[in-house]
Amino acid sequence: MLYREAGQFKTSYAADQQLFPIRQDRIGVLLLLAVAFVGVPLLASEYWFSAILIPFLIFALAALGLNILTGYAGQLSLGSAAFMAVGAYAAYNFQLRVEGIPVLLSFACAGLTAAGVGVLFGLPSLRIKGFYLAVATLAAQFFIVWCLTKFPWLSNNSSSGVISTQPIEILGLAVDTPREKYLLVLAVVALLALAAKNLVRSSTGRAWMAVRDMDVAASVIGIRLMPTKLLAFAVSSFYCGVAGALYAFCYLGSVEPDGFSLDMSFKILFMIIIGGVGSILGSFLGAAFILLLPIFLDVALPAAAGLFGLPFSSATVSHIQILVFGALIMFFLIVEPHGLARLWQIAKEKLRLWPFPH
Amino acid sequence: MMHRCKPVLSAVALSLAMLSQGAAAAEEQFFPIPGYRVGPYGANGQAFYGGFVDYLNYVNLKEKGVNGVALTWEECETEYNNAKGVECYERLKGKAAKSAGPIHTMSTGISYALIDKSAQDKLPLAMVGYGRTDAVDGSVFPYAFPLVTTYQMQASAIVRFVKDKLGGSLAGKKIVYLYHDSAYGKEAIVALEAEAALNKFALVQIPVAHPGNEQGAQWLKIRQEKPDFVVFWGWGVMNQTALKGAQKVGYPRDKMIGSWWTGSEEDVVPAGDAAKGYMAATWNVAGKQVPVIADIEKVVYGAGKGNLQDKARIGTVLYNRGVSAAVLSVEAIRKGQEKYGKGKALSGEQTRWALENLNITEARLKALGATDLLPEIRTSCDNHEGSGKVKIQQWDGAKWVPVSGWIEGNKALIHPLFQASAKQYAKEKGITPRDCAKEK
Amino acid sequence: MEFFFEVLIGGLLSGVMYALVALGFVLIYKASGVFNFAQGAMVYLAALSVAGCMEKGAPLWLAVILAFVIMTLFGIATERFVLRKLVNQPPIALFMATIGLAFFIEGLAPLVFGSEPRALDLGIVDEPIPYFLDQWNMVISKFDLVAAGVASVLVATLALFFQTTRVGRALRAVADDHQAALSIGIPLQHIWAIVWGVAGFVALVAGLMWGARNGVQFALTFTALKALPVLILGGFTSVPGAIVGGLIIGASEKLAEIYIPPVLAGWFGGNFGGIEGWFPYILALLFLLVRPEGLFGERHIDRV
Repeated sequence: MLYREAGQFKTSYAADQQLFPIRQDRIGVLLLLAVAFVGVPLLASEYWFSAILIPFLIFALAALGLNILTGYAGQLSLGSAAFMAVGAYAAYNFQLRVEGIPVLLSFACAGLTAAGVGVLFGLPSLRIKGFYLAVATLAAQFFIVWCLTKFPWLSNNSSSGVISTQPIEILGLAVDTPREKYLLVLAVVALLALAAKNLVRSSTGRAWMAVRDMDVAASVIGIRLMPTKLLAFAVSSFYCGVAGALYAFCYLGSVEPDGFSLDMSFKILFMIIIGGVGSILGSFLGAAFILLLPIFLDVALPAAAGLFGLPFSSATVSHIQILVFGALIMFFLIVEPHGLARLWQIAKEKLRLWPFPH
Repeated sequence: MMHRCKPVLSAVALSLAMLSQGAAAAEEQFFPIPGYRVGPYGANGQAFYGGFVDYLNYVNLKEKGVNGVALTWEECETEYNNAKGVECYERLKGKAAKSAGPIHTMSTGISYALIDKSAQDKLPLAMVGYGRTDAVDGSVFPYAFPLVTTYQMQASAIVRFVKDKLGGSLAGKKIVYLYHDSAYGKEAIVALEAEAALNKFALVQIPVAHPGNEQGAQWLKIRQEKPDFVVFWGWGVMNQTALKGAQKVGYPRDKMIGSWWTGSEEDVVPAGDAAKGYMAATWNVAGKQVPVIADIEKVVYGAGKGNLQDKARIGTVLYNRGVSAAVLSVEAIRKGQEKYGKGKALSGEQTRWALENLNITEARLKALGATDLLPEIRTSCDNHEGSGKVKIQQWDGAKWVPVSGWIEGNKALIHPLFQASAKQYAKEKGITPRDCAKEK
Repeated sequence: MEFFFEVLIGGLLSGVMYALVALGFVLIYKASGVFNFAQGAMVYLAALSVAGCMEKGAPLWLAVILAFVIMTLFGIATERFVLRKLVNQPPIALFMATIGLAFFIEGLAPLVFGSEPRALDLGIVDEPIPYFLDQWNMVISKFDLVAAGVASVLVATLALFFQTTRVGRALRAVADDHQAALSIGIPLQHIWAIVWGVAGFVALVAGLMWGARNGVQFALTFTALKALPVLILGGFTSVPGAIVGGLIIGASEKLAEIYIPPVLAGWFGGNFGGIEGWFPYILALLFLLVRPEGLFGERHIDRV
């Protein structure tokens, strides 16, 4: 009842082709954006901004990037963190070396740089498939991090290879409090997420999905595999690159190449699998789940132990956290292998009829 | 996306509220501890933070806190991961608003990420023997304290030790620097290069890729180079692998000197016999012969409040290091109370002042029962390091034995490097350095 | 030239160690199509079980037997409670589940046995053999030779097992097609339990060797990273491929570490050592461009 499409007639092509054709979705998204842009900044504390919301949005963006590649174009990649590293270092160098470049432009350039590197490492995908490709993308992961460590020029000859990002200024306004940084990240992420939503329903997105489902069949119906796959790598790396730039500039403030480790790549992969492969919403849900779960366990387990008077040492609690994290991942996969986004879809189906049984 | 997080959010908020109920007594000095006890370096963290927490407990039990101010703390698991470290810091920050002791992260990466934040929040960041080393220059980094020693000063002290060992001159000798290829390993290079130029020895740098569990090629190369000494900057599994690698090519272990991240029981025990004779720098000695360590075991573990599950680890290098770090922190609180009022908890800002005006003399160490546990320290605005001294210890197959006195690195050579680097940082970040002449 | 051979032999022997870990991956992939990312964690669990039992006073042989029992039970439990529930799911979900499993083990193992690094003494000293040192001035470690011997025996046994026994043939049938295998009466679940048991055994052997070499500690989980390039080079489904891949990767990475950085330094200036982290991957990648299914992998034919 609440979520009913019946009675919404489209009278023009424009109306039929809009991004959210159902009225409830439009309202929902607008509400969500309003809450995110106005409500959250009014209510959230500094801890929420800098420890949860900012990393959540940044990782959601990276997960979105990976989801474009893996979920839509079907190319499994284990090197997302490396492309984030490219983005972070590129943004730093653009800021450092191009006099007076606006921050946002340097983020965009960082994304483009990452896209270029992504295409390079996407080339093998034309021949290699499946897990072979996944392992091959590890080459990108290790090689890129090594390069960033080895060429001192990239870190402005810092003796340790660590870069400290420049202060952010947009149109003369300094962005330095957690709230301002949150708004900046949110604006970038919201824009790119809508762009992605638009992209995946375009002919490009449909070509990706055709390749994902069966690339031989796709080429038979006239989709050229090379540009399609490489474009997926480029767009995906662009997203990861921008996420990396935001990670360095708006979240940590100082990064080292080793920080963009394989663990981080895996974390991003978890996000899309738990959230939902091939779903924009899933990237956000997955990022929230993977980031919040450890924090929740961290807070809840000692509290629970205290409640029941169990004599847990700190090390024990930490080990149990990891154990529970692993168990929950397995549990979720068993219960819902298509991810959290699928649960949301089921909920929508139910809402369509609710409160009537049929 | 938001509707899905809400239940989780409120649950987190609820449990946070539950946790904070306990801390409402009169005067308490809070220590935020973003530490780690799991993950690749978890074993090291357990010993270090075990010692740290045990000493805080010890002060509480023995003398009811510092001048009556009880010490409290909260730990948060960082897993040695930079992003998690930031999350922990932000979580603990709220509680540290009223009173805060120095924050020890035991991670170079996390301290790098916290340097700017902690300065903004006015919370003092202690990086005892690690971290952003150019923070020695306190005029640019008021809130960061690489106390006791830094990688560069340590490398310089090791070179001095080697020089004595080789008969007073290094001219024409060859030293191999085998290091973990990361920020940590690369920090010491500038110091070693400067020493090589000064002392006219040949320096061969051999990096090892993370995690360093394969060093066959590197050790064959070392065998070919035939160096007089190997200076070794390893980490985690890389340490045992290096010792085994040395054994494999027959390189004598007593010609290897490691940094303080390579010189704990956790580093040598897994290598078995291969570690015998190996030397490492350290800024604290091991063993229970130190009175305060023995007393902790008696008082804290006697009361059943010990932090370690395995009591056998009391007196290990890293445990004693945790105690030393806690001694420094508690002494800072004491110093701060002298200025800001006895029996009052110190805010982060006040603790910062105290850390900058530390003066722990030999006599004070003796009074604490910590003679020789750590070197004397005297900090100031332009010297946040305060000591620059290390000892060299040797593994005899069962325990670490000190084989030197406190050796100071070449300050005249190394400290200008810090100042130059800090100046560059100030320029990049647009920081106006304080005038140290005016500080007191 | 002498040095070249020394590095080459050292590399080949290291390669055997990589192959030991890679074998575990191959076994499970071959029999169930699961890319088992938890193999590295299983190596850790196995080694830690041995060290933990020995710490409680068991002699080495008993500890190894106990560890074997633990690994087998663990393998069966994994099959029973995780994989069986995920039958017919896409490979990526199974892969992901094994990553979850890896976390689970990384939390569980130290919880039971403690996380401090320990030494594992198998009674074989890791020292250069005097004969080679005196006669050829070459460093060849006794331990590495023993490891190579163990690996060869293991591979020969497994190859025979797959080729000649009933269970082995059933395993191959299951790997080809779950449903077809079921329809001709192969008990899928028993077969998988056996595979996970065998993979646990291989993890135990790898854990013993790696644990004795570098100490028993968390970093044993990283051994998986050394095995992955071996795996793509040799092919996911080939036991001999794991060995040959291991030898190639081991030898080439050591030679590369010695001979490539000076060349790079000549071009760019600076120190370019430490290429071992990525070199095997790039090598495997280039190799895959020529043979996309690895050296001995099964050729995949796409049909529309």
